[in-house]
Amino acid sequence: MNKPLDFETLSHFPDERGHFGQFGGRFVSETLMASLLELEKQYNLLKNDRRFQEEFDRDLADYVGRPSPLYFAERLTKKVGGAKLYFKREDLNHTGAHKVNNTIGQALLAKYLGKPRIIAETGAGQHGVASATVAARLGLECVVYMGAEDVERQALNVYRMKLLGAEVRPVTSGTRTLKDAMNEALRDWVTNVDSTYYIIGTVAGPHPYPMLVRDFQSIIGREARIQCLEKEGRLPDAVVACVGGGSNAMGLFYPFIPDTSVRMIGVEAGGKGLATGEHAAPLSAGRPGVLHGNRTYLMEDENGQIMATHSISAGLDYPGVGPEHSWLKEIGRAEYVAATDDEALEAFHMLTRVEGIMPALETSHAIAHTMKLAKEMSRDQVIVVNLSGRGDKDIHTVANLQGMKLY
Amino acid sequence: MTNRLQSTLEGLKSEGRKALIPFMTAGDPDPALTTELMHTLVKAGADIIELGVPFSDPMADGPVIQLACERALAKNTSLRNVLDMVRSFRQTDNRTPVVLMGYLNPIEAMGLETFATRAREVGVDGVLTVDLPPEEAAEVVPVYRANQLDSVFLIAPTTTEDRIAAAAEFGSGYLYYVSLKGVTGAATLDVDDVAQHLNVIRSKTNLPLAVGFGISDADSAARVAKVADGVIVGSALVRLIEKHGAGPVETLHQAVHEFVSGLRTAMDNGA
Repeated sequence: MNKPLDFETLSHFPDERGHFGQFGGRFVSETLMASLLELEKQYNLLKNDRRFQEEFDRDLADYVGRPSPLYFAERLTKKVGGAKLYFKREDLNHTGAHKVNNTIGQALLAKYLGKPRIIAETGAGQHGVASATVAARLGLECVVYMGAEDVERQALNVYRMKLLGAEVRPVTSGTRTLKDAMNEALRDWVTNVDSTYYIIGTVAGPHPYPMLVRDFQSIIGREARIQCLEKEGRLPDAVVACVGGGSNAMGLFYPFIPDTSVRMIGVEAGGKGLATGEHAAPLSAGRPGVLHGNRTYLMEDENGQIMATHSISAGLDYPGVGPEHSWLKEIGRAEYVAATDDEALEAFHMLTRVEGIMPALETSHAIAHTMKLAKEMSRDQVIVVNLSGRGDKDIHTVANLQGMKLY
Repeated sequence: MTNRLQSTLEGLKSEGRKALIPFMTAGDPDPALTTELMHTLVKAGADIIELGVPFSDPMADGPVIQLACERALAKNTSLRNVLDMVRSFRQTDNRTPVVLMGYLNPIEAMGLETFATRAREVGVDGVLTVDLPPEEAAEVVPVYRANQLDSVFLIAPTTTEDRIAAAAEFGSGYLYYVSLKGVTGAATLDVDDVAQHLNVIRSKTNLPLAVGFGISDADSAARVAKVADGVIVGSALVRLIEKHGAGPVETLHQAVHEFVSGLRTAMDNGA
């Protein structure tokens, strides 16, 4: 018999060089190293600084509106038949998604580091909106890089960012989506490193970003764990979240890593189906490589070039994934599956009609898989799903798919 | 086996001259033209060639080299093809060192050992992997050493002295000093500032120091040549190749020759 993995110990990763097993690390040009080392040093100090933590907690409570509720979806549970379904309502946060937990934390870092300018990359626009929001609140200059294709399909969020005083720079290089926006943001950071703090929106990028974004997002799992114990008197049997870069999933999963009775399931964007190659599911159908400063599962061709991805949801349309997810997959602590565009869309409509909650298309992927999973489980079992964002921003996309034109 | 990089740099030093190191992206504007363009660089006075391996996400490069990568990839230039180009170059040039410059993922996709063996076989002399700082290089450098490939590392204005020492320990051939903050092809440079940094680096290593980023014409090349052991010119040359890439091949070679020999003359006269 194998020696059981000590998950309590494993939850203390990454190691001091930012590695999660073979994944993670700091694969960047020398021009970025000094900034990353400085950020790591400052973050390690502030992480244990009471004043910093109190300010972060106060902002999460009074500005974001935390704790977010854990909602029992009674009608959907009955309709699906099987495990009890609970939603962690990150969609009720200020700005409508989990993204703001991280931007509040990183904007505070920027403030403590004395940087007057912040930059961000965004896919669906939720992280851009969350960054523009905290910039407005702290009086910081804000530039958001967004793939030109995403600028088109997320017009509402682009306008929201502009209203908040941010400059949105469309990125026309490469595939014109999230990965290219990240390239541009890294270039900006290298050039303006003295004045600028780069708020990465997900648990990817070079060390220390995967660690610090996870730490800021892990409020989701800490609350959910306590709330589930209060409501059900026990831990959930499974926790489910959608995975693009993987920040909402990592935030939910992280506090549950030592609880080996809890299955952790990440749902990637299956696009038009894994067999078609048109998807954004590196953990399900990719292989390990190096992109954006870390080693992780990637969608790449046989020559190591990063491939164009496809998903109905801009927020999941990314060829990589946070390195800690790659590691949780490799050690067998988390499972990763995919839901297709069609399945996500169906789940979007189902949740809207049955519970009166309109989820983001990203989130709809998690809902889609949860409905399958719940059926295979018994009625006394419990699933907690991260309802990571609300769907207002996707109404145009959904209407277009139904052949309707909105004005 | 003599080390082409070392003997070239030592030879130049004994003559009191500085190395001219042009950079071009392999496969741009067309894979069929790369080998000939390399020969033109040598005829115009290049001492060492940095040959860019195209990558879909060249995050440390500016728009000029990103576009060159996109043009090369549109013509399906793979790392395998780039090695073939070097093999073909070596058929008539066994003297000029070639350093491959690119990102880690295409190398890992081929397999590090396979890449290193083939690179040596076709006549590559050194490898500069942009997204491989010394901290992540511990497993890579020994494989290159075993195949007599030099590892060229970047030093930035922000690199601390202990990290300069680490790059010097892992590195061989030369060190590439990035003369300004930013991506390739950015703004102007301050030669006094460069000279000051080079002095600090020289206190940590005897490796030759080549300077790149921000050197765009004969004047800046000559000024940098006064303080460095080598001068790297990338984006300005790539821009020229972009400008003439779609036109007649003779015009392209003529423009490249004129530009590079201009750099050579200015460096030799000014130094």
